[in-house]
Amino acid sequence: MLAVLILHAAAALLAPLLVRALGNRALYLLALAPASTFAWTLVNRAPLTETYPWVPHLGMDLALHMGTLSWLMLLVVSGIGAIVLVYCAHYFEQGDPALGRFAGTFLGFATAMTGLVVSDDLLLLYVFWELTTVFSYLLIGHKGEQVAGRRAAMQALVVTTAGGLAMLVGFVMLGHGAGTYRWSEIAAGPLPEGSTVAAILILAGALSKSAIFPFSFWLPAAMAAPTPASAYLHAASMVKAGVFLLGLMGPLLAQAGPWRPIAVIAGALTLLLGGWAAMRQHDLKLLLAYGTVSQLGLLTVAFGAAGRTAALAGAALLLAHALFKAALFLVVGIIDRQTGTRDLRDLSGLARRSPVLAGIAGLAVASMMGVPPLAGFVGKESLFAAFEHGGAADRLVLLALVAGSALTVAYGLRFLWGAFATKPGVAPVELSPPSWGFVAPAALLALTGLAAGLGASWLDGVLTPYAELFSGPAEHLALWHGFGLPLLLSAVVLAIGGLVFAGQRRGRPWPRQKVPQAADVYTKLMSAVDRAAVELTGATQRGSLPFSLGVILLVLVIVGGSTLLLAGAPWPSGLRLWDSPLQLVAGAVVIGAALVAARSRRRLTAMILVGVCGYGIAVMFVLHGAPDLALTQFLVETVTIVMFVLVLRRLPVRFSARPLRATRIIRSIIAVSTGVVAAGMAYVAVGGRIATPISTDFAEPAVSYGGGHNIVNVALVDIRAWDTMGEISVLVVAATGVASLIFRRSGALQRRRKEQGTATSRHGSWMRAADNPEARRQSIILQVVARLLFHTIVLFSVYLLFSGHNAPGGGFAGGLVAGLALTTRYLAGGRRELNAAAPVDAGLLLGTGLLIAVGTGAAGLVAGGQVLQSALVDLTIPVLGHLHFATSAFFDVGVYLIVVALVLEILRSLGAELDRQHDVAAREERRALERQKEPV
Amino acid sequence: MTPNLVYIVVIGVLFAAGVSMVLERSLTRVLMGMILLGNGVNLLILLGGKAGTPPIVGLGPEEEMADPLPQIMILTAIVITLGMTAFLLALAYRSWAMSGHDEVQDDVEDRRIMQLAERDEGSGTDDTDHEATP
Repeated sequence: MLAVLILHAAAALLAPLLVRALGNRALYLLALAPASTFAWTLVNRAPLTETYPWVPHLGMDLALHMGTLSWLMLLVVSGIGAIVLVYCAHYFEQGDPALGRFAGTFLGFATAMTGLVVSDDLLLLYVFWELTTVFSYLLIGHKGEQVAGRRAAMQALVVTTAGGLAMLVGFVMLGHGAGTYRWSEIAAGPLPEGSTVAAILILAGALSKSAIFPFSFWLPAAMAAPTPASAYLHAASMVKAGVFLLGLMGPLLAQAGPWRPIAVIAGALTLLLGGWAAMRQHDLKLLLAYGTVSQLGLLTVAFGAAGRTAALAGAALLLAHALFKAALFLVVGIIDRQTGTRDLRDLSGLARRSPVLAGIAGLAVASMMGVPPLAGFVGKESLFAAFEHGGAADRLVLLALVAGSALTVAYGLRFLWGAFATKPGVAPVELSPPSWGFVAPAALLALTGLAAGLGASWLDGVLTPYAELFSGPAEHLALWHGFGLPLLLSAVVLAIGGLVFAGQRRGRPWPRQKVPQAADVYTKLMSAVDRAAVELTGATQRGSLPFSLGVILLVLVIVGGSTLLLAGAPWPSGLRLWDSPLQLVAGAVVIGAALVAARSRRRLTAMILVGVCGYGIAVMFVLHGAPDLALTQFLVETVTIVMFVLVLRRLPVRFSARPLRATRIIRSIIAVSTGVVAAGMAYVAVGGRIATPISTDFAEPAVSYGGGHNIVNVALVDIRAWDTMGEISVLVVAATGVASLIFRRSGALQRRRKEQGTATSRHGSWMRAADNPEARRQSIILQVVARLLFHTIVLFSVYLLFSGHNAPGGGFAGGLVAGLALTTRYLAGGRRELNAAAPVDAGLLLGTGLLIAVGTGAAGLVAGGQVLQSALVDLTIPVLGHLHFATSAFFDVGVYLIVVALVLEILRSLGAELDRQHDVAAREERRALERQKEPV
Repeated sequence: MTPNLVYIVVIGVLFAAGVSMVLERSLTRVLMGMILLGNGVNLLILLGGKAGTPPIVGLGPEEEMADPLPQIMILTAIVITLGMTAFLLALAYRSWAMSGHDEVQDDVEDRRIMQLAERDEGSGTDDTDHEATP
C-alpha cells in the first residue's frame, strides 16, 4: 500500500513537467498511477496490514490497514480517478497553461484520498484528511482570478477544517482513552470510558466533510471548480470521506448514545432539503450538486443507523452513487463544453442531436432513481428493508427515505428533461459532436453501474465481511427479493416522483425552502471575525514603538512585581553591602554614568557615558572572578565606542526634540518601576539558587576531555559549541546587514573590491598609501606608530587565540584585539590605509571563518563522533617540538576570523564608505557654490 | 547565598536608565538604552552564580572557583550585543541619510487599521462583502 502511495505522489510531482512536455496526452500517462492502483486493489483482498516506522520516539508509525470498506473506497477512488484523468485530456483545451498545475493538484488529491482510506493510525488519517481539504481548496480555487472561486474555496476550507479540528480533538480523546491510536486495535476493544464527547466531535468532522446539514452550503458553492474536479472530489471521493468515516467507526462509536440519532436525523434532513433545493435549480451542475448533497444525506442515514442491513445497503449505495454521479457530472461537462451553456432553460433538442449522450445520462439517472436492475435499485431496496421492521422511529425514518427518494426521482427526471428534451419555444442548440474519447469515460461509468446491479449477488459476497461488523438481522443484496414492502416502496417512490415532476412542469415555480440558511450564518460569522480582528488590532497595535515597548514593560512590572510581593517569594534573610571597597567604587561609577547618560541630550556625551558604564561593568566582572568576561567586555566596549564615533560624526550633535512633558513623566514612571522590579528580582533570584550548579562538574572534563584549563573557553568551543555556532552565525548576518545598509548599490560593493585590489598590487613601498591625499591630512607620526604597533598587536591577538584554552583569551578576545589593530590603522590613515592593512574582502573572511567552524563541526561527525565533538591531538613536529592541542582550537580559529571580519566590515562600512559618501557630498556642494559665484 | 547590595542597586539603575532611553524615538538613543539594559541583564545572570577565583583549573582550589556557567552565557551575550549594535547603528545612519533624522516612525499599516476600527469597518479580506453565491 505504501508503494501505491509513493506511486501517486511521484505522479503528482511529475505531472507539471509531463504536461509541459507532452501536452494533454500526458494525462493518459498520469492516469496509469490510479489505474495501476485499481488493478492492485482488484487482485488483493482485504484485510491487509502494513506498518513502517515513522517517528519511533513518538510511537507514530505509518500504519496502513485495508478492511473491506477501505477496499471498496480504494476501488472507487482509484478507478474513478483514472477515468476522470482520461476525461480531462479532452475537457481541457490543448495548451491550457493551467493544466500542469491542475494535473499535479488533482493527483496530489488522489494521493491524499488514497492515504486517507488506508490509514490505520488515527493521526495519520487526520493528516491525510486535512491534505484532501488543502488540495480541494486548490482545485475549487482553480480559477483564482474570480472572486466567486476564491470565496467558494475559502468557504469549503474553513468549514471542513473547522470540522477537521473538532475531529482531531475527538481522535486524541479516543486514542488517549484507548491507549493506542491504531484504529484496528481500538475497534477490537470495548468503547473507552467517556467517549461520548469524542464520538460527537468525530461525527461533527465527518458531517462537515460530507456536506451534511447544517454544513451543506459549502458544496454547491464549490461547483466553481472545473467540472472534472467536481466529478471526482464532490461526487466520488472527498465528500465520501465523511461517510466513509461514519462507516469505518460506526461499529464501535455507535455504542456511544448520541451517534445514531444525530447521524440519522441530520442525514434525513439533508436528504430532504437537498432534494428540495435541487428542484429549484436551473444550472445543471448546481442541480447535480444539490442532488449530491441529498444523496450524501441518504448515505449518512444508511451508515449512521449502524445496523447490519443498513450498512450493507450503505456500502452498495456508496458504490452506486459514485458511479452514477460521476457519470452525470462528466455528461454535464461535455454539454457545457460542446454547447457553451449548462442552463436548462437554454438547452433544447439535445437528445436528438446526441442520442448516445442521452442514453448514458438516462442510464445513470435511472440508477440514481432506483430503477431495476441498476446498482442504485439494489442499494435502495436493501435500505428500505433495513428500516422495514422497526418501531415508530424506524417508521419515521422510512417515511423520510421514501419522501427523499421520491424527490430524487423528481429532480432526476428534471435533469433528463432539462438537458435533453425538446422544449417548445426554445430554439434547439447546436452541439459540436464530442470525440468518442470524451464520451467513453462517462459511458464506462454508467455501464459499470448496470453491471454492478446485475452482479448484485457477487457484490453481496464481497461486501458481507464489512456488514458482519455490525449486529442485526442479515438481509442480502439481490435484484429480486420477492414481493414485499421494499419492492412496493420502490414502485411508490417512482410513481410519486414522476407525479411530482409532472406537477412541477405544469404548475407554479417550486417554492423556496423556509429553513434558515447556514450560509448566512457563515457569512455573518466571517464578517464578525474580520471586524473583531480589526478592532483588536487597532486597539493593541498602535504602530508606535515606544507605546508597544511601554506596554510590554508595564506587563513585566505588574506581573513581575505582583509575583514578588504576593506569591511569597523566598526572600533572602541577609544582605551584604559589598564584597570589596573596589566593587563599591566600580558600582558607583556605573550608577553615576548610567544616570547622567539617560539625561544627556548630546549624542556623543551619552555614548561616552554608556561606554564608561561598560568599563565599570568590566571591572565588576574582574572582581567577580570572571577575567574572560572582563577582557571581552573591555574590547567590545572599545569597538562599540569607535563604531558610535564613526557614525555620530555624521549625525546631528543633539538628539531630536524632547518628547512632551506628560509622556516624559509616564516614561520616567515606567523606567523607575522597571528598575525597582529588576532589582527586586535580582534580590530574590540570589536566594532562589538552591540546587547545586551543574557547572561544579565542569572542571574535571574540561581538562581530561576538552584539553584546556580555562573552563569558560573550553565550554564555549566544546560543551556549548552549538551555542557558539549560532552566535557566530548571528555575527555573520549582522556584518552582512551592515554592509548592505551602507553600501546602497551593488556597484558600490564592486568599487570597494577594486580599491582593495589596487592596494595589494602595489608591492615594494613600505608606506603604501603615503601618496594618497587623504593620508596627507593625517598625522604622519600617528601613522608610523600605528604601523609599528600593528604587527605586534596582531601577533598578540594570535597569542590570545591559542592561549585562550588555558588562560583568559580565546577566539572572541583574539579577534577583537586584531580588529582593534585594524581600527588603529584606519583611524591613523583613513580608508586607503585600512585597505593596505587588510587587503581582503570582509565577506570572504566571514565565509572562510564560518567554513572553518562548520568544517570542524562536521569533521567530528566524519571521524565517527558527534557534530562538534573535539579530540585531543599530540604531535611531534621537528622544529616546533611537541604539540598538544584539542581539535576545538580550529573551531576557535573560525570564531576569530569571523570576529575580525565583523570589525573589518564595520570599519569599511561605517568608516570608509561614510568618508567617501561625505567626500562626494562635500565636492558636489563646493561645485554648486562655485557655479553660483560665476558671473552670469 | 546572601545578596550583595551593590549588584542589586547597579542592576536596578541600569534597568531604569536603559528603559528610559529605550522608550524614546531616536534610534541611536534606543540603541544606547539597549546597551545599558543588556549590561543590567548580564549582571543579573552573573548574580546567579557564585563569585570566586577565575574558573581556570590549577589557578586555585576548585571549591573557591567562580561558577563558570553564567560567565559562558554572558560571553555569548556580549558578543551578540556587538553585532546588534553594529547593525542598528547602520540602520540609524541609513535612516538619517534618507529622511534627515533617525527617529522611529509609526507603522503606516497599523495606522490604517486603527482608522478602519474608528470607522467600524472590516478589512474586507474575508471576501464576504460581495453578494452571496446562489
